[in-house]
Amino acid sequence: MKSKIDIKNLNLFIGKQQILKNVNVQIPENKITIILGPSGCGKTTLLKSLNRLTDLYEDVKVSGEIIIDNEDILHSNQDVTAIRKKMGLLAQRPYPLPMSIFKNVAYGIRISDSENKKTIPQRVEYHLKQVNLWDEVKDRLHSPASRLSIGQQQRLCLARGLAVDPEIILADEPTSALDPISSQAIEQKFIELKEQYTVVMVTHILRQARRIADYVIFMYLGEVVECGTAEEFFSNPKEERTKAYLKGAFN
Amino acid sequence: MRFLSRKIRDKSSLFWMVISLVILLLMPILLAVGLYLKSLPILQEQSFWDLLTESDWKPMQGKFGFLPFITSSLWVTFLSIIIATPVCILTAIYLTQYAKKRVLAIMQPIIDILAGLPSVIYGVWGVLIVVPFISKTVAPFFGLQTSGYTILAGAIVLSIMVIPFILNILIEVFRTIPEELTEASLSVGATKWETIKYVLLKKAFPGIISATGLGVARAFGETIAVLMVVGNVVKVPTSVFDSGYPLPALIANNYGEMLSIPMYDSALMLAALILFGIVLLFNFLSRMAIIRSEKNQ
Ligand SMILES: Nc1ncnc2c1ncn2[C@@H]1O[C@H](COP(=O)(O)OP(=O)(O)OP(=O)(O)O)[C@@H](O)[C@H]1O
Ligand SMILES: [Mg+2]
Repeated sequence: MKSKIDIKNLNLFIGKQQILKNVNVQIPENKITIILGPSGCGKTTLLKSLNRLTDLYEDVKVSGEIIIDNEDILHSNQDVTAIRKKMGLLAQRPYPLPMSIFKNVAYGIRISDSENKKTIPQRVEYHLKQVNLWDEVKDRLHSPASRLSIGQQQRLCLARGLAVDPEIILADEPTSALDPISSQAIEQKFIELKEQYTVVMVTHILRQARRIADYVIFMYLGEVVECGTAEEFFSNPKEERTKAYLKGAFN
Repeated sequence: MRFLSRKIRDKSSLFWMVISLVILLLMPILLAVGLYLKSLPILQEQSFWDLLTESDWKPMQGKFGFLPFITSSLWVTFLSIIIATPVCILTAIYLTQYAKKRVLAIMQPIIDILAGLPSVIYGVWGVLIVVPFISKTVAPFFGLQTSGYTILAGAIVLSIMVIPFILNILIEVFRTIPEELTEASLSVGATKWETIKYVLLKKAFPGIISATGLGVARAFGETIAVLMVVGNVVKVPTSVFDSGYPLPALIANNYGEMLSIPMYDSALMLAALILFGIVLLFNFLSRMAIIRSEKNQ
């Protein structure tokens, strides 16, 4: 198993509060890694530190290493926009940009790759097809994205992230605002996408984790309690806190 | 018993709420009707269009051309908004996107205080600082000579007055844009400035229009501070270094005096009605613009 992201001794403070405590995990390439844990344990923070969105927090201090493709992105002199482009982000609720469906997908391409203007329509079409949205929107590409249904918006946001050719997909409870059918569509998509991408996803839904996880990280109060393959994690958890969580004690 | 009395109280409070609402809704209508009735005498004697487009103002001879006042008002208002809006947008962006939360927390009460200062204070400030600055520095720079009591002075004072007002709304507008929108834009590789330019400003656009519209309505009706610095000369201004005489100043300076002159009273009421109409029109236009731009998001 080849690891794509290698997190070493990651500590994160906001003000005096320690949010992440000495996190050491490896996230395997071309697999779906699920981050589990009770509310407030730092899942979102861990996910956001992967593409340095934690830089936006006030009074934040980070130490340790996050190594992606042999480069420590926390201490890299590479441009932070280049680091972020490597990762597509899918939030808890869809946040389409205030523009048309077409422009939402084209946005990242236009910003980062201004030479290939001519290919933009093809790339937009390709990525909308990739998330199975093309047929639903091909006749109204230029109407505002906010008019789509929530499930469509979430797929659009996925297409927007994929359009800049990332290697990793970060998803923070991406189905929590969706109906069962749209949720299933996203899950199914992730299973297909892991052929090409490394997927890291936060979820609260144990059943969802069981359905799609290859690898699981279980967090509790800012620490990683246990991590391992999904099979091992669900059938043979080692830590007491994991067992309690799997029985539903923390929910 | 208890239940019954509570029920009655419930009903009666509802009654008062409805009454207050009706009064609130009736107020502008009553105002408009009152002004209209009062301005009827002059409207029956002269055509409304002529009154609007004539620039002769000689009450003794029965000549009431409102054009100088209307144009002065428009000049002062638009100039002030053109100065104030960009300043407010940039400040709001800085305070909500760049500054620490503490800076915003310190700035907000200061902005509130500025918004609440009586306008006469701004007027005095204008007379003491802005007027001399224009006559001694700005005008000579352009090779002109003025007393400083000009449209420009009025616009500067007005812009300072409306800045806290517009800024307050804009801070709220930018603050309520969800963080996730910024994150979405950053995570596809946009820089912070690109995010502000292409996403936040776009999202804030309806709010910016509405803030500006409210600013215009406020600036248009502002009386004392402007009256103190614009010179109050009845003439259609042709440059920002001309003096002007805005509508509210006309009413405030003259109402209650020389009412023995026929039609004078009625003409001033018509001035108030025009003021009312223009403010209403701006409100309507900005509302339309908001609805349109919200639809396109
Ligand atoms: N911007 C912030 N400023 C201060 N504290 C924060 C900030 N963001 C998160 N925290 C704190 O960090 C801790 C972890 O938050 P995080 O959002 O990562 O939890 P989570 O595991 O994603 O929870 P949930 O499942 O509810 O989404 C919480 O105690 C939270 O209060
Ligand atoms: Mg979270």
